[in-house]
Amino acid sequence: MQQQIFTLVGKREIARSVFELHLAGDAGAIDRPGQFVNIKVEGQFLRRPISVCDRTPDGIVLICRAQGEGTRRLCAAAPGTPFDLLVGLGNGYDLDACAGHNPVLVGGGVGVPPLYWLAKELVKRGARPVAALGFNTAADVFYAREFAALGCDLLLSTMDGSQGDKGVVTETIAARAPQCDYAYCCGPEPMLKAVWSMPQTLDGQFSFEERMGCGFGACMGCTCKTKYGDKRICKDGPVLRKEEIIW
Amino acid sequence: MVDLSVNLSGLRLDNPVIPASGTFGYGREFAELYDLDLLGSFSFKGTTREPRYGNDTPRIAETASGMLNAVGLQNPGVDEVIRRELPNIAKIFHKPVIANVSGFSIDEYVECCAKLDAQPQVGILEVNISCPNVHGGGAAFGVTPEGAAEVTHAVKAATTKPVYMKLSPNVTDIAAIARACEQAGADGISLINTLLGMRIDLKKRAPLLGNKTGGLSGPAVFPIAVRMVYQVYEAVNIPIIGMGGVMNAEDVIELMLAGASAVEVGAANLVDPFACKRIVETLPAVCEKYGIEKLSEITGGAHR
Repeated sequence: MQQQIFTLVGKREIARSVFELHLAGDAGAIDRPGQFVNIKVEGQFLRRPISVCDRTPDGIVLICRAQGEGTRRLCAAAPGTPFDLLVGLGNGYDLDACAGHNPVLVGGGVGVPPLYWLAKELVKRGARPVAALGFNTAADVFYAREFAALGCDLLLSTMDGSQGDKGVVTETIAARAPQCDYAYCCGPEPMLKAVWSMPQTLDGQFSFEERMGCGFGACMGCTCKTKYGDKRICKDGPVLRKEEIIW
Repeated sequence: MVDLSVNLSGLRLDNPVIPASGTFGYGREFAELYDLDLLGSFSFKGTTREPRYGNDTPRIAETASGMLNAVGLQNPGVDEVIRRELPNIAKIFHKPVIANVSGFSIDEYVECCAKLDAQPQVGILEVNISCPNVHGGGAAFGVTPEGAAEVTHAVKAATTKPVYMKLSPNVTDIAAIARACEQAGADGISLINTLLGMRIDLKKRAPLLGNKTGGLSGPAVFPIAVRMVYQVYEAVNIPIIGMGGVMNAEDVIELMLAGASAVEVGAANLVDPFACKRIVETLPAVCEKYGIEKLSEITGGAHR
């Protein structure tokens, strides 16, 4: 982990209240997709943990939904604003684990961003991942084109059917039966559990969310039980392997 | 050259800055960031006789100028702390540490304190009496002078090292409880622990924390800490470790003027992992600004 000052150099609203933020700074401590940063936002006591969506030559891309006071302030910041970030947090996804398998990346809502950098890295390694993305409605959809542009086979679902298939991502995967047998997931817990329970996916890694105090393993605020003992979501996670998860 | 050294019951600290229990683990995460030897000491994670998982999540909620936590004393238990954590602490920190102990019965306090008392690197036992007494109807030991004195007396009889009683602020008369601890043989007082609070999730219409209630910390509680340290300083003649929302060197000086001999830094570590390092490094300049040459001499300086 490192503490670094990043500067907001660009932003755009990519879906309803969802912003893509480009931050310039030293991202050297971030080495794996699935890791997150913890951002200090003016006026808020605790930092805001946000997963890394991509690395750029001069920094990182984050995708953030303006939801509460802290994220609203973050998304409203003007380019040029400096931010204090803790970088290189969390274990991230293990990319080697899917060797010999066909990966499917399953993302829900603002759980989609870390899968983008992951998809990029998997494509670099010669994989052609399936990207199964789920959103509530068409106004919430983002990055569908970006995943397709990477060379992923895209499966898009919305709860109301306003874009892509109607229903949840696991229904789309079950109906369309893509060739895949290893899942990388990030999204709301019911989605993670649904993917975990799918018969056609043999194995996988699941990124969890929990309210955090510090984000780097000191406060024990985000502990969960696993088959391999108690784990801190921020430090020993956020990515857990399928076999260790206890629901 | 400002003299930052302070003294706690004969234990000389290079400076008064001590990371507070529960915000610093057993030092591992912070030792990767900076040299822990620049600290005065550190108070490690609250340790109990048995291993504890702690409370259900969510364990953390944000508040204006602070946070609630309901971690629930997650720790691997005293035997595992001695077997696995203390040898690692010896590698990353080369000064006496403060062993923070919690218990749910007198027996548990005694057994846990006696085991930690026997560890060479432990310089002070800091006994948290904010936990409910499972044999006493669930009320915390620390909410009555009798309960506080009972724990103090039992721990003192089983140990040789200085015993600092860590007081709960959730009481009507903090001075009376501090006095009871002193009379029962306590070597010092640590305060304040967190203040009991609650947040409610508007969508779920239910308490936000898994444990429903949690302890409030952060700058929101700092004025309460100053007031309580001030009151306890007037009530007892034993040293005080002050804490509660300390964020910077000025706060350290303020708590010392109120009556603290040393100061613990808690929630600040969580939002700024370099908080203690920054405070230690800025203390000399802030002391000079206020004409302080020997920091230990300002303890209680606000009492006239």
